Amino acid sequence: MDAIALPEPREDIIARREEIVRKLKTLVAPDCVIDDETGRRAYETDALTAYKRLPLAVVLPSNTQEVSRVLAYCNENAIKVVARGAGTSLCGGALPQEDAIVLGVSKLNRVLHIDYQNRTARVEAGITNIAISNAVASAGFFYAPDPSSQIACTLAGNIAMNSGGAHCLKYGVTTNNVLGIKMVLMTGEVIEFGGEALDAPTYDLLALIVGSEGQFGIVTEATVRILPAAEAARPMLLGFETSKAAGACVAAIIGAGVIPVAIEFMDRPAIEVCDDFSKAGYPRDVEALLIVEVEGSESEIENLLTRIQQIASFFEPKVIRVSQSAEESAAIWKGRKAAFGAMGHISDYYCMDGVIPLRKLADVLVEISRICTEHSLPVANIFHAGDGNLHPLILYNANDAEEASRAEACGAEILKHCVKVGGCLTGEHGVGIEKRDLMGLQFTKIDLEQQMRIKSVFDPNWLLNPAKVFPLDGREMP
Amino acid sequence: MSDIVHPGGEYELHQFIAQAAAAGTTLEIGGRGSKRDIGRPVQAETVVSTASMSGITLYEPNELVISARAGTLVHMVEATLARNKQQLAFEPIDLGPVMGEPEGQGSIGAVFASNLSGSRRILAGSARDHFLGVRAINGKGELFKSGGRVLKNVTGYDLTRGITGSWGTLAVMSEVTMKVLPAAEAVATLVFEGLTDDVAIEAMCEAMATPFEVSGTLHLQGELVPAMEMDALGKRGQAVTAVRLETYADSIDERVRKLSRAIAEFGEPKILNDIEARLFWTNARKLQFLQGTAGSLWRISVAPRNGARLVAAITRRLKCRTAYDWSGGLVWLIVDSGRDAGATEVRRCVGEIGGHAMLIRAEPAIRSAVDVFQTLDSGTARLAAGIKSAFDPEGILNPGRMYASL
Repeated sequence: MDAIALPEPREDIIARREEIVRKLKTLVAPDCVIDDETGRRAYETDALTAYKRLPLAVVLPSNTQEVSRVLAYCNENAIKVVARGAGTSLCGGALPQEDAIVLGVSKLNRVLHIDYQNRTARVEAGITNIAISNAVASAGFFYAPDPSSQIACTLAGNIAMNSGGAHCLKYGVTTNNVLGIKMVLMTGEVIEFGGEALDAPTYDLLALIVGSEGQFGIVTEATVRILPAAEAARPMLLGFETSKAAGACVAAIIGAGVIPVAIEFMDRPAIEVCDDFSKAGYPRDVEALLIVEVEGSESEIENLLTRIQQIASFFEPKVIRVSQSAEESAAIWKGRKAAFGAMGHISDYYCMDGVIPLRKLADVLVEISRICTEHSLPVANIFHAGDGNLHPLILYNANDAEEASRAEACGAEILKHCVKVGGCLTGEHGVGIEKRDLMGLQFTKIDLEQQMRIKSVFDPNWLLNPAKVFPLDGREMP
Repeated sequence: MSDIVHPGGEYELHQFIAQAAAAGTTLEIGGRGSKRDIGRPVQAETVVSTASMSGITLYEPNELVISARAGTLVHMVEATLARNKQQLAFEPIDLGPVMGEPEGQGSIGAVFASNLSGSRRILAGSARDHFLGVRAINGKGELFKSGGRVLKNVTGYDLTRGITGSWGTLAVMSEVTMKVLPAAEAVATLVFEGLTDDVAIEAMCEAMATPFEVSGTLHLQGELVPAMEMDALGKRGQAVTAVRLETYADSIDERVRKLSRAIAEFGEPKILNDIEARLFWTNARKLQFLQGTAGSLWRISVAPRNGARLVAAITRRLKCRTAYDWSGGLVWLIVDSGRDAGATEVRRCVGEIGGHAMLIRAEPAIRSAVDVFQTLDSGTARLAAGIKSAFDPEGILNPGRMYASL
């Protein structure tokens, strides 16, 4: 993959590397600066592994003050900064540049305060997503957004990308679950946004910051909503002969006033790979599989699953299977949550994240299939059906440069189609470098300029995560 | 001040604002005017209203999404949704009656411009959380869009939510798209009587910590109860603490039983049945409990656990009546005394205990003289000014509505 251009690095900054490293070691504990090449190599890419750039240096601050000192120094010296959580971005959101330092927040991983009466937790932003839920699980609470990478990904990265997950149909995405943050601006100034109160006192700056892809500042702490866990949850599997029937069933369930906590979709190639990997026991003789999960007491779960079965029966499912045990439920989710990893075992893949209006589902799946056939590449579809968030996985050989660029072109075609039918380029992964040059499909020049003016309010010199989100041409930057 | 200009559609609105931007004409921006007396009085050369821009432009019940022109009446949107047993889950409040206006006059654009959510906000999120996409005209006279008509969308910065609650000072919305949800099949409400403020908040927070999806918690001090005009609430002027459950018809009894047991330490609640409960929350939504009050009205956001302490601190100096929504996180405070609507005291206490306060109702002279919105620290104020400038560099949209300098 090589379609995405990155700006030429500034040679004058690279030439100052030794001096910069020396200075950084005075701003944080010296062992928190990684400057040897082997060490830096570990940070040269993220989960969009086709793109790699060796950063100038890597800094791993231990507290907000250190972040502040590093940013102030970089701002004064025009050194670009790429923020990094756990490096799980699928869109190149954490891809470094040769003339930029990587500022990793992984050492900021403490739980600071849990307040069950207010139902909030104050944490450092480098904490992993799952660790927040783990910290409050004994009291029967959890943190709702659950990206598939939740074991590894950090809250900071979730805030940067406004991450979602399988269960956000009911509980919302990151922006709906973060109440306050502490953020360091590029000048080194530390500002608190939001807090324990529910609404913003002035402009909703927090809403602008969540999803700003590390381009406004570095978030070091956050106050998140924690929710009481449901009494119980149970998934069921619904297998269909066609994707069209599965899509229509999803629409009918929602139309009937039932909002399951999750509705996940897999097509046949995805079912096979996930089942082989996780031994989840998915039916293998269907073209489309839905995992529908509901929550409540045992009797409520029974009632809801009965309703869903009645609705589904209109679409002639080949398989209806309700999980009978906690182990079976865990296996069903393991298969889904391990989908990307499972796919990675059999092939390199390129993961898309487009969103479409649900009623277009069947047509869009046909179109995705056509586009992939045209590019001579296999595809497996996995997605959050309740909200129309598609994850077509385009399979390709990363060692074959021609095939890799074909995969990239294929992905772009799919995303174009998502926009064309009324959807969007990305539902939860973010723009990063990957979709940067496609932004013009969804936005006009005026739309993008309005966004860029906001960027300039927070980071007037455009030093934070600079090559991302906006096409390189037409930028309103110094 | 000239007459009100009513563009008939987005094109006309766009043209009008573009001309105003070119000429540097300041504009007072409004929908149907139901919230015109909230905020600082605007001094503008022309008044523009989106009231003539009405109508649902898209509704896909199976996709949980609806779009409407900004001037569409909220109750028209809700009536459309109700035909499919759906609703705006954030339950926008109707400030009309408490401002001395008729009820049901607010526009859907103003709901997002003010981000004033109702009791269900504590479970379902605010107006901002349900706001998916917007078409709007900035102060440069440019039509822009953000977000879209799908439930998940992280393409570009979230300007949609970013302009929520900006009271027309950043852009004039022409069309809004929002997430909708099924309306609950059944409603019930547990009512406790005679709890003190701090015990009531404890009860409401405890209810919220159960897995029964409590969708509203409201505590009314005794003096505010009669205005609700509900026989079921008793007549002795005792405080009322209401806890709402909404769920499927076949689950409601079970949840009432379980929740009553879970918070039994606060006494045996009276149970409002489906009809009574719906009436109670319909009245709550239009702040019926504040009817007949004449003093200045404050809306204070605070961490729930600090709500009662904050009010206790304020009432040491001022004569007040109080209702707590959002399990104590939203305080409606009627101030019956004080020269400046109690602003000095309210701000001092909020500064000490936390949260932020907005003056909702007061004489125009007072609203011009005191900070109506929360006073900002210097860093946030600088960023807010930058945001204003990024949308409206010449400051032609609702000048001074939120802050004298914005």
